[in-house]
Amino acid sequence: MKTLAELQAIRERMKDSVTMRSGSGEIRAVVGMATCGIAAGARPVLAALVEEVNNLGISDKVTVTQTGCIGICRYEPVVEVFEADKEKVTYVKMTAEKARRVAEEHLKGGKVVTEYTIGAAEK
Amino acid sequence: MKELSLNILDVAKNSVKAGASRIVIRIEEADGWRTLSIIDNGCGMPPEFVATVTDPFTTTRTTRPVGMGLPLLKLAAEQTGGDLQIESSVVPPTGTTVRARFKIDHLDCVPVGDYAGSVVTLIQGSPDIDWLFVYNREDGKSVSLDTAEVRQILGPEVPLNLPDVLMWMEGALQFETEQQ
Repeated sequence: MKTLAELQAIRERMKDSVTMRSGSGEIRAVVGMATCGIAAGARPVLAALVEEVNNLGISDKVTVTQTGCIGICRYEPVVEVFEADKEKVTYVKMTAEKARRVAEEHLKGGKVVTEYTIGAAEK
Repeated sequence: MKELSLNILDVAKNSVKAGASRIVIRIEEADGWRTLSIIDNGCGMPPEFVATVTDPFTTTRTTRPVGMGLPLLKLAAEQTGGDLQIESSVVPPTGTTVRARFKIDHLDCVPVGDYAGSVVTLIQGSPDIDWLFVYNREDGKSVSLDTAEVRQILGPEVPLNLPDVLMWMEGALQFETEQQ
């Protein structure tokens, strides 16, 4: 069982650094979490993204959020990556594994994982 | 949906969309029945909308005129011999209660699944809402999480959707025997 003392410890550790961590929101990774996305497996994709962005130490520039139906249900789970002055990247048929790779190579490294994009899926 | 927890994640999002400031999710198991309740203080639905809301062709989404959330929950309940009830009010105090009953030992009763993952996902998406989750299991064990309490300990500086906090909450939602 997690104790309240552990929660207290998180507070002590985080309270000074949070303003820094709340993020410039340079990059937004958005996971489609409507009925279609959820049924297709969006929950573990979101969890993997949140975890990996934290592990990679890039939560200052990357925000992971949820949205409703993106409108391409047959491609769910879908992750869209928005970055200022760049074209939106749409990743389709995602898994937790693929999400970790996108976090590492794209969100951190700046290089689009082309093989997971909707463009590659439609070929 | 393969797990009840996925229906929970899906249907509770309706409460978020209804502008609720407090959402209560309860799973109660007693006398062979599992009852899921999702109770919110959102804007509510007028009676004529409630009457059609389990029809897949009723939805508030704009991408297409099909909404499967409540129909799928209704199906999951009814295929065990249970049922789905919706009460809603658009006059103060506004809000909606969705209640689904499942016969636990029925062959077609889907497992509860990763309820903690769903609750944490909901909190990650809407950290400013007060969430109360309670699961009273048939064996007498129970877990609960009240984000109002968590917030009180964290203070105003630390948001609920911080990864460390989300992980703590996921841990706090586990039954003791699952801890090893």
